[in-house]
Amino acid sequence: MGNIKYLTNGLLKENPTFVIVLGTCPTLAITTAAVNGIGMGAATTFVLVFSNMFISLLKNFIPDKVRIAAFIVVIATFVTIVDLVMKAYTPDLYKALGIFIPLIVVNCIILGRAEAFAQKNDVVPSVLDGLGMGLGFTLAITLIGSIREILGNGSIFGIRLLAEHASTILIFVLPPGAFVTYGFLIAIVNRIKSKLNI
Amino acid sequence: MAKKLESTLINMILSLVLISMTMSAALAFIYLKTKGPIEIAARQKEIEAIKQVVPDFDSDPLANRMERNGVVVYQLNKQNSTAGFALKSYTDKGFGGHIEIMAGFLPNGTINKVVVLSHKETPGLGTKMTNPDFSNQFPGKNPMDFILKVKKDGGQVDAITAATVSSRAYCDALQRAFDTFQSISDSISVKQ
Repeated sequence: MGNIKYLTNGLLKENPTFVIVLGTCPTLAITTAAVNGIGMGAATTFVLVFSNMFISLLKNFIPDKVRIAAFIVVIATFVTIVDLVMKAYTPDLYKALGIFIPLIVVNCIILGRAEAFAQKNDVVPSVLDGLGMGLGFTLAITLIGSIREILGNGSIFGIRLLAEHASTILIFVLPPGAFVTYGFLIAIVNRIKSKLNI
Repeated sequence: MAKKLESTLINMILSLVLISMTMSAALAFIYLKTKGPIEIAARQKEIEAIKQVVPDFDSDPLANRMERNGVVVYQLNKQNSTAGFALKSYTDKGFGGHIEIMAGFLPNGTINKVVVLSHKETPGLGTKMTNPDFSNQFPGKNPMDFILKVKKDGGQVDAITAATVSSRAYCDALQRAFDTFQSISDSISVKQ
């Protein structure tokens, strides 16, 4: 049961987006719609789980001085797998996420967890950590995506909430809206964390 | 816990080579597995777009495919007579750069329907070029006597309010499609 804390760690206490504030580039760029958040989150979670697993398995085999190079090879492999699989089976989502799928390679959450967690821990905690961090990231960017989609586009998950040509707060689907939403959410999460004392 | 490998030169080389080789093998496997589905998905997408812009046809849309100056032309037949042409055209004059359209022409050059395949225009302004308000003014017109320019430039196209650049780009892409259509309609036989 001691392992469960690795899973919940990423959800709120060390949420990669709102608390550690890593991987903000895809967070800001792709969250124009809620469904993009889920797609990006799922892709990142997959890469996180498998890269954590492999790096944890290989940790004694990788000499310290070349560890970053080895980690990047492992991560890049899984990103390429995701890239190819999404291109083949979800072409629409692949088009919406565009360049940000290959760029998961340089998402600091993944290298960060490899360096800070997977290379020091056993396989099971590493996989759970990857899953927790991935879910935390998914939840966070889906939340940002939902808020921006509702305010900027008047819809959620592509379902219209307003009339077809109703005016919406356009700035929320433009880049500045990402920063505004992100900033408010970080403030709210910090407030909740200090209230709950975690 | 097993002891970590020392960072000697030979260990580093061995470790990196082995990891790279294993990962390359895994990638090669996935690549082979997904190659087919990726091609099918891409083809499916093109066929979808073609079906939207050209009326009824029964030939394989990808059978009569040619490329001229970056514009892809699909000739479509129905019962051995030409049903129309679909042209995948583009422009780089959009507000956000590259725009790709699929334009359907009847054999006589009349525009049947146009859909935008990809664009990076401003949400709420340039994106209105996909709205029927704007795009419905093209079908049924023949660019021979319908000047594909916005009214501000002396043409006959009603531009989108506050998105003149996007409207111009749309016309540019459509004009390019029509020019290509004209340049090839002499060289290919239109079966009536």
